[in-house]
Amino acid sequence: MNSSASMRRDNCRYEVDATALDGPAHRVIRCGPFSFKVETHTAIAALLLAIALVAVATLALAGGAFPLRVGDIVSALLGVGDERAQLVVIEWRLPRVLGAVLIGMALGVSGAIFQSLTRNPLGSPDVIGFSAGSYTGALIVLLHLGGGYWLTAGGAVAGGFGAAALVYALAWRGGVDGFRMILIGIGVSALLGAFNMWMIRQASLQAALGAAFWGAGSLNGLGFDQLRFAALAFAVLLPASAYLAQAMRQMELGDDVARATGVPVMRMRFALTFVGVALTAAATAFAGPIAFIALVAPQVARRMTATASVSILTSALCGGLLLLVADLAVQRAFGNQLPVGVMTVVIGGFYFIWLLVRETRP
Amino acid sequence: MTSPHPLRAMDITVGYRDAVLRNLSVAIPEGSFTAIIGPNGCGKSTLLRALARLLKPESGEIFLKGKPIGTYASREVARSLGLLPQSSVAPEGITVAELVARGRYPYQTFLRRWSRQDEVAVADAMAATGVEHLALERVDRLSGGQRQRTWIAMVLAQQTEILLLDEPTTYLDITHQVELLDLCRHLNREGRTLVAVLHDLNLACRYATHVIALRDGAILAEGPPTEIVTADLVRDVFGLSAVIIEDPISGGPLVVPDQKAI
Repeated sequence: MNSSASMRRDNCRYEVDATALDGPAHRVIRCGPFSFKVETHTAIAALLLAIALVAVATLALAGGAFPLRVGDIVSALLGVGDERAQLVVIEWRLPRVLGAVLIGMALGVSGAIFQSLTRNPLGSPDVIGFSAGSYTGALIVLLHLGGGYWLTAGGAVAGGFGAAALVYALAWRGGVDGFRMILIGIGVSALLGAFNMWMIRQASLQAALGAAFWGAGSLNGLGFDQLRFAALAFAVLLPASAYLAQAMRQMELGDDVARATGVPVMRMRFALTFVGVALTAAATAFAGPIAFIALVAPQVARRMTATASVSILTSALCGGLLLLVADLAVQRAFGNQLPVGVMTVVIGGFYFIWLLVRETRP
Repeated sequence: MTSPHPLRAMDITVGYRDAVLRNLSVAIPEGSFTAIIGPNGCGKSTLLRALARLLKPESGEIFLKGKPIGTYASREVARSLGLLPQSSVAPEGITVAELVARGRYPYQTFLRRWSRQDEVAVADAMAATGVEHLALERVDRLSGGQRQRTWIAMVLAQQTEILLLDEPTTYLDITHQVELLDLCRHLNREGRTLVAVLHDLNLACRYATHVIALRDGAILAEGPPTEIVTADLVRDVFGLSAVIIEDPISGGPLVVPDQKAI
């Protein structure tokens, strides 16, 4: 069975090296009217990332002031065993781990979407001002409308969409050119950053401290209440982006080719922008603006898979892993004092400089 | 229902900020290899883009197989009409086989991503354009001629009866221009209707079965090259004084420019 190149079960087929022409780089699964092509590199990368994700998550659940063994964690997750271990794992550590993974995934996918739309590895929501806009929205609520968790989250979402609308409006010239959008986005991001600083300066000391802490991006204080809502938002947005990914890939060939092959380009660009902004804004609403995950994750994933396009799945896994690692490193090195956003800025900053040097080289 | 003109424009006015074509009507004969010729900026590409529904006419209508093109779903159009635009972007690192496979987009859905037909169409398209031995090469490492054949393979994988090519020979040297037009002629003789914007008047005369001569957004003449390409037409269209002699190879018209432009 294993030696045969194709297995048949009823009408379903799993085929290896379907045509020599297409190379050994993919596997094909066909079942009745359905068919899927799985790129081998992408599948391996996804598997490796998933394993790493589980390993780091286990490490995060095990460590800290109250060390646990893997066996304790598994039984705590299953709801059996030592009650104290259950409390530590499920109530204290699990929300933070899940939060890091979910928010990292959202950021990774959002980055993949905008890097694809702009056809540029610099075109990430944290570079082109959407994260800054979310922060502006949240700040207005925190400082002027009295705050409150859900209101702040709403402000972040509204601010993200506002910033996206502004960048698109300024970059619009009978269509949106990716590079012009990035340059304008960087400008808008800088302006919003200054505006955010000014707002914090105007506020009372206590409000300013709260706003500044939130603004650094932190997973502290993420509980199941917020997680449930985050999970709901991402449960809609992540599959939506997977659905739009086919059109997204096609649009990487240029608007003319995409339209000629049947992509309703305007509609798809709007849908992808909506989903991408919503992902960044939702992530920002839950954890504050966490920089550079969206920028880095899709490119790390792309290099791992050695494919031409950024894939949604591997970008998501990579984003989740990066944020989880960054959060764990911060917790272990600095306790709960340092927000994870500071860590991602440090990682991302170096990457950003490297990328700028590489992209602007003639 | 088959019409002798699978693609036609009726009284279209179309352009970008200003209209480039005004009240223009044209019909593409079925099974023809139609070349659109004319000086720079005369509206050749605009006409092709309008026919491919990439530009929406301000007034008038494009008909695909007798029905207004707007009444079709965009994937439906993409299964009848393929376009190779003037400028296209190949994502960094994409291979020939992957790029050609993207031509199958109009046949794919979320759950039907790589059917047996997709596989056959891609293999056929690569064989027809002679790029199958390059299947695993990166497109950004190909020569100009190979790259253009790969893009044509992508359009062929769409399996459309009509192919629109916007200046397919630009940036190619003379050998590759001839090679590419030989391929186009072959595709045409297999039964596809071809429409190409061509710069080289003599190559257009040699390969096309039908020529549309444009100047300032209006059609000055159309018909088989042997009938319409005359010294008068060349003067009217290009403002060039020329002598027309018989092409020693094809027997068609050969345009030899006079010493000075008029």
